[in-house]
Amino acid sequence: MPQTGPKRTPKAPRQELPLRDPQSRTQGCGEVSLGFTLKQAQMEARRCLDCKDPKCIEACPLHIDIKSFIARMIEGDFEGALERISEQNPFPGVCGRVCQCELYCEKACLLGRKLKPVAVGALERFAADYASQCGNGLHAEPNGRKVALVGSGPASLIAAYDLVRKGYQVTIFEALHELGGVLAYGIPPFRLPREILRQEIDRLRAMGVEFCNNFIVGKTASLDELFEEGYSAVFVGTGAGLPHLMKIPGENLIGVYTANEFLTRLNLMRAYDFPHSGTPVRVGKRTLVVGGGNSAMDAARWARRLGSETTILFRRGRAELRARLEEIDRAEEEGVHFEFLAAPVRLLGDETGAVREMECIRMRLGEPDETGRPSPIPIPGSEYRVPVDTVVAAIGQSPNPTLQRATPQLITNRGKIVIDDRGQTSLPRVFAGGDVVRGGSTVILAMRDGRAAAEAIDRALQEGR
Amino acid sequence: MNRIFHKVMLAPEVAWLEVEAPRIARRWKPGQFVIIRPTDDSERIPLTIVDGDAARGTILLVVQGVGRTSRLTISREPGEAFTDLVGPLGEPATIGVFGRVVCVGGGVGVAELLPVAAALRRVGNHVTAVCGARSRSQIILDAELHAAADEVCWSTDDGSAGFHGTVVDLLRSREAEFRRAGMIHVIGPIPMMRAAAELTRAWGVRTFASLNPIMVDGTGMCGGCRVTVGGKVRFACVEGPEFDAHQVDFEELARRNSAYREQERLAMQNHECRIGLVLTRQG
Ligand SMILES: Cc1cc2nc3c(=O)[nH]c(=O)nc-3n(C[C@H](O)[C@H](O)[C@H](O)COP(=O)(O)OP(=O)(O)OC[C@H]3O[C@@H](n4cnc5c(N)ncnc54)[C@H](O)[C@@H]3O)c2cc1C
Ligand SMILES: Cc1cc2nc3c(=O)[nH]c(=O)nc-3n(C[C@H](O)[C@H](O)[C@H](O)COP(=O)(O)OP(=O)(O)OC[C@H]3O[C@@H](n4cnc5c(N)ncnc54)[C@H](O)[C@@H]3O)c2cc1C
Ligand code: SF4
Ligand code: SF4
Ligand code: FES
Repeated sequence: MPQTGPKRTPKAPRQELPLRDPQSRTQGCGEVSLGFTLKQAQMEARRCLDCKDPKCIEACPLHIDIKSFIARMIEGDFEGALERISEQNPFPGVCGRVCQCELYCEKACLLGRKLKPVAVGALERFAADYASQCGNGLHAEPNGRKVALVGSGPASLIAAYDLVRKGYQVTIFEALHELGGVLAYGIPPFRLPREILRQEIDRLRAMGVEFCNNFIVGKTASLDELFEEGYSAVFVGTGAGLPHLMKIPGENLIGVYTANEFLTRLNLMRAYDFPHSGTPVRVGKRTLVVGGGNSAMDAARWARRLGSETTILFRRGRAELRARLEEIDRAEEEGVHFEFLAAPVRLLGDETGAVREMECIRMRLGEPDETGRPSPIPIPGSEYRVPVDTVVAAIGQSPNPTLQRATPQLITNRGKIVIDDRGQTSLPRVFAGGDVVRGGSTVILAMRDGRAAAEAIDRALQEGR
Repeated sequence: MNRIFHKVMLAPEVAWLEVEAPRIARRWKPGQFVIIRPTDDSERIPLTIVDGDAARGTILLVVQGVGRTSRLTISREPGEAFTDLVGPLGEPATIGVFGRVVCVGGGVGVAELLPVAAALRRVGNHVTAVCGARSRSQIILDAELHAAADEVCWSTDDGSAGFHGTVVDLLRSREAEFRRAGMIHVIGPIPMMRAAAELTRAWGVRTFASLNPIMVDGTGMCGGCRVTVGGKVRFACVEGPEFDAHQVDFEELARRNSAYREQERLAMQNHECRIGLVLTRQG
């Protein structure tokens, strides 16, 4: 196909995202990344090579037609760009902000072999923010069947989108009072403004998806009852919400939080606004966050915003951090310190039972472990102590156990729901995906699972299984 | 949803509320609880399900105003609705055949005894409810307790009704009978549960306590409700709230429950100031 339209400029430097300056951002919870300007978006779009064999599309777990949405942007047709994205992804405002794109589309981008890859994530976000959200005329004829989706995280959200487009009547059941799963309770508003999340969920509502919050499947109703109430299939997208504990002495002292509790108090319950909001949080002068993933970055950045001197303690090295690269940079700019190759040994408290000191031990890196990362090995005799008033353990989580406990017939492996290659669990017409199957991954892989499950549900119901 | 049908003030600062919750009314078991947010900006607070009526589609809550959110809860009027209500949460209380059972409750905890005592009696136990209040005016639900248990006795701290002393003193005063009990169930303020557990440990009577740690989500997601039981960390909202009282680290529980005391006190002052302001402006 001959190239037409505005010139492509692959050699131009990759555009940098404009950011709120680190000083002012730690004063509140406004969004840190301001997103491309119109001019930047057009310049960045023009860097795309318009590849014949666009590896980016294959690498995006949702297979967004990146090449053509970028082509539309170059033509100045932002609504068209958004439409292209929406064919595969109804949540570009969310994904353009939180997708770990360096692992997917940007990793595969051919331009990235020699130069820096096209900033696909930032372009996706620009299209979402700039083009007025097109209401989608994708209403399908109702087919008279009902599907229940458990949990309102990204896995269920995209499954809902795909299923209503196939004519199903869809209800999402959510345990908490707000919708979005980790997007609502885990990821801070300074990374994902809640209006964006709400707008994209409202789009689903406008398409006819029904939301039922304050409803715990396994408690408020059992799986069997959902079937009795006329649902033909159930998708379980209950996430990995069960926090791991450090299992060290002093873990229950006052001021020691799991990342989930710390972030839930702040993001979901708005403790930063206490006493105007009802829920408090304790953040002292010095905060230590243990871990190296997205939760650790988010907790540390919150602690900075609440005025605390903050250090991330990670038992491996910088190269092994698992958070989005962008967030690691943001955390550093905001004054978060990093202490690599160290791990907590125990916590010591004062007479009121509040944490006062952490004893740590230095580590060195050894042979790769089962995750492929070098295993951390404690160095004997290297213990040292640091003063601390707030500790956040951000060391991972396992699947939420409630539904599994109430449904013992559901086969699990170390808490993770086991599915076959069609996404089906050990129970007929019960499907699962996202973190409850993977045990903690990324927004976009959860979405890929939700999409696959929607397809599998459709197939199973068509075949009358 | 979540509408308040009836409200009765049982004592100053203690409200009996009948709330719309059809699904919970159908499925709840004694010992389980709900979490509510009375208004939009409220904290999530756990409250025991005292009774449920599947036909009416309602549950009963008995709430004592101790801080900002619980006071807000009891200030709501019939016709109004709570913003959020979720449940039933937690595991049901242990109900089995033990022969003789003593149910010990202090303060607003006596409300939670009602469904547990009734269920224990229904399966054939002889149930004594041993209840404590600060004074005569604080005695609540006496008639309901009489309907639920075979025997009810009260203690008051000031001696204005029943036994003069704490509920644990009352328990001790009947040692000869009660140490032959097959099971003892305790609920109330932490110091009282702790004292009761020490006493019954000495007697060698199996005892369960329904714990009240601070909770956030109530679904096992945050770990805020963790308690140490037999040296192990347990999440009270999903594994409890009832645990073997002889194994519970009550001291840690008491400490953890005081984590926000100072912040809550300041918030309460601030809140009362604001209410004061509104009143002066209106007046
Ligand atoms: C702090 C934090 C930051 C992160 N940052 C990023 C990031 O920047 N980029 C990225 O790609 N990934 C990130 N991740 C990972 C990503 O958020 C998850 O992989 C993703 O959200 C998983 O989606 P899910 O739909 O499987 O479940 P979740 O998002 O976990 O949602 C599950 C929902 O189900 C509800 N639920 C559970 N049990 C029940 C039940 N029985 N009945 C009803 N509802 C129930 C839960 O309340 C929850 O709302 C982050 C994770 C955390 C914790
Ligand atoms: C499983 C469970 C069942 C409960 N059932 C009932 C009930 O049926 N009726 C009732 O009146 N109360 C019940 N409670 C206690 C009730 O939840 C608290 O009184 C309420 O959360 C206090 O909130 P507040 O904002 O009014 O007070 P705050 O201002 O937050 O605190 C006031 C005092 O209460 C303590 N406290 C704070 N949060 C909690 C909490 N979640 N649990 C216990 N103590 C707390 C604080 O240490 C402080 O001393 C129950 C608690 C649990 C865990
Ligand atoms: S691989 Fe990169 S350069 Fe090629 S089409 Fe995709 S985004 Fe453009
Ligand atoms: S969803 Fe993620 S992987 Fe897919 S195009 Fe957007 S940023 Fe890239
Ligand atoms: S209240 Fe959050 S885990 Fe129990």
